[in-house]
Amino acid sequence: MEHYYHPEIECAPPEKLRALQSERLCAQVRHVYDNVPYYRRLMEEKGVAPEDIHGVEDLHKLPFLTKDDLREAYPYGLLAVPLSDCVRIQSTSGTTGRRVVAFYTQEDVDLWDECCARAITAAGGTKDDVVQVSYGYGLFTGGPGLNGGSHKVGSLTLPMSSGNTERQLQFMCDLGATILCCTPSYAAYLGESIHERGLQDEIKLKAGIFGAEAWTEEMRQEIQKSLGIKAYDIYGLTEISGPGVSFECSEQTGMHINEDHFIAEIIDPNTGEVLPEGEKGELVFTSITKKAFPLLRYRTRDICVLSRKKCSCGRTLIKMSKPMGRSDDMLIVKGVNVFPSQIETVLLNKGYPANYQIVVTREKNSDKLEVQVEMTPEMFSDSIGDLAAREKELVDALKAMLGIYAKVQLVAPRTIARSEGKAARVIDKRNLY
Amino acid sequence: MIVKQISVFVENRPGKMAELAEVLYQHQIDMRAMSMAETKDFGILRLIVDDTYKTSTVLKEEGYIFSITPVLAVAVPDEPGGLMHILEVLKDEEINLEYMYAFIARRKDSAYMIFRVEDAEHAKKALVSRGIKLVCQSELSEL
Repeated sequence: MEHYYHPEIECAPPEKLRALQSERLCAQVRHVYDNVPYYRRLMEEKGVAPEDIHGVEDLHKLPFLTKDDLREAYPYGLLAVPLSDCVRIQSTSGTTGRRVVAFYTQEDVDLWDECCARAITAAGGTKDDVVQVSYGYGLFTGGPGLNGGSHKVGSLTLPMSSGNTERQLQFMCDLGATILCCTPSYAAYLGESIHERGLQDEIKLKAGIFGAEAWTEEMRQEIQKSLGIKAYDIYGLTEISGPGVSFECSEQTGMHINEDHFIAEIIDPNTGEVLPEGEKGELVFTSITKKAFPLLRYRTRDICVLSRKKCSCGRTLIKMSKPMGRSDDMLIVKGVNVFPSQIETVLLNKGYPANYQIVVTREKNSDKLEVQVEMTPEMFSDSIGDLAAREKELVDALKAMLGIYAKVQLVAPRTIARSEGKAARVIDKRNLY
Repeated sequence: MIVKQISVFVENRPGKMAELAEVLYQHQIDMRAMSMAETKDFGILRLIVDDTYKTSTVLKEEGYIFSITPVLAVAVPDEPGGLMHILEVLKDEEINLEYMYAFIARRKDSAYMIFRVEDAEHAKKALVSRGIKLVCQSELSEL
């Protein structure tokens, strides 16, 4: 039997939802125009005023926001309420240059938590469940989002955060966790660990909510089998709120977008033109209820497809496919956003040439990032100790920049393949999409 | 005496050493001594050759990364304690030894070794003053 957290919204007639979206959009555009000079300027440059927006049908008239805007406006440039009204920030992984800081009022946190509550409920969660949240806590939205959602549902919440597998397994067994929330790769790892220790009969898991990184249908089957659960996908991004922007239902054929809070569009990433439903393109979100950090037409760079096909779960909320790729060069490694330009910056700062290659692999469901760097005469030393020290220095600098470990591989000159004089910077062997 | 060693960066992959050996062969370069230091990902091939200048030109043209390192070539009496006496000199002078390796010569009375130390000049003087025989670059070819 399907459960809903907000049936009146989740199963609302489409025309009712659209009317609600239009009403909220108009108010939000006015709010942003009045309080965010940065966006007002973008609107003026495009020759559009709040009076031109009468409903969802006028959304396409508004200017886009991109990650570059967020960087330019860092930290307060897109804030739409007085700082004293904010109660929380969250931030994306990455460097100072690429960091995104999102602000939340108490209402914003509540609505975000409710979005996560819908996801947990769709995965069969009730107040009788024990929800183990093994996403990272802190600036990362994964932990706080699902934690808040679990509270709203009324489940017993285990705020485990990531890592420390022994403790995860102990609590999972001793406290009888029934729903696991973490990255799919960590879920797969926990599954392996459970089998290694012969704990299959000790666990009571029935469902998992896995997101923050791309995963394939094969991986889902593997996790479901290994943990004996139903595995649900969840999608979100810090810029828009965090996990719970969309979530999967029992049909497992895409994620329902919480349309009462976020309007989704698919655009051609090259022209910015809005594409009809069913076409593949870049996903764009407009936040229509958030007060502190309300982004209008934010380009996610995720490539996917939207569908309003009737869903067997009874929800009428539009569904998005799993992201099928990116319209920029961002990689998601271990749930962390990595831009090749960040790696390039580290190399150049440390005096290395910009001849490098990034190789991402997935071994035993865990992502591995390797940076191959071409050796130069200046870098070379007759001493293994010196070379090892240089390698270590680079590893540390990359860790500081990216937040995750990257293996450094020193390779011979001219071994990194170049096509048309330009090196192929990234080799992603994970076949994620 | 102080001789010039060529240290070459070699990736730790099948065939990489063979490629380098072929380059040396094609240019008829004779190796007098060699040693390999390796890590998981790469190695450093340390070479003493008959013609250092020619070898470095060839390696450069072939795109290899290398450096020239001053090392000491020492004749070690082929008897028990031969190496110990040399190391005692370094110990007495507090000279740190980074690495060493032996190489084969046709003469039977001595073994020959290469020493890499922090201060080659200092070590050279100390060894000579204690009556230890060093070998210069030109002599190496005749051993």
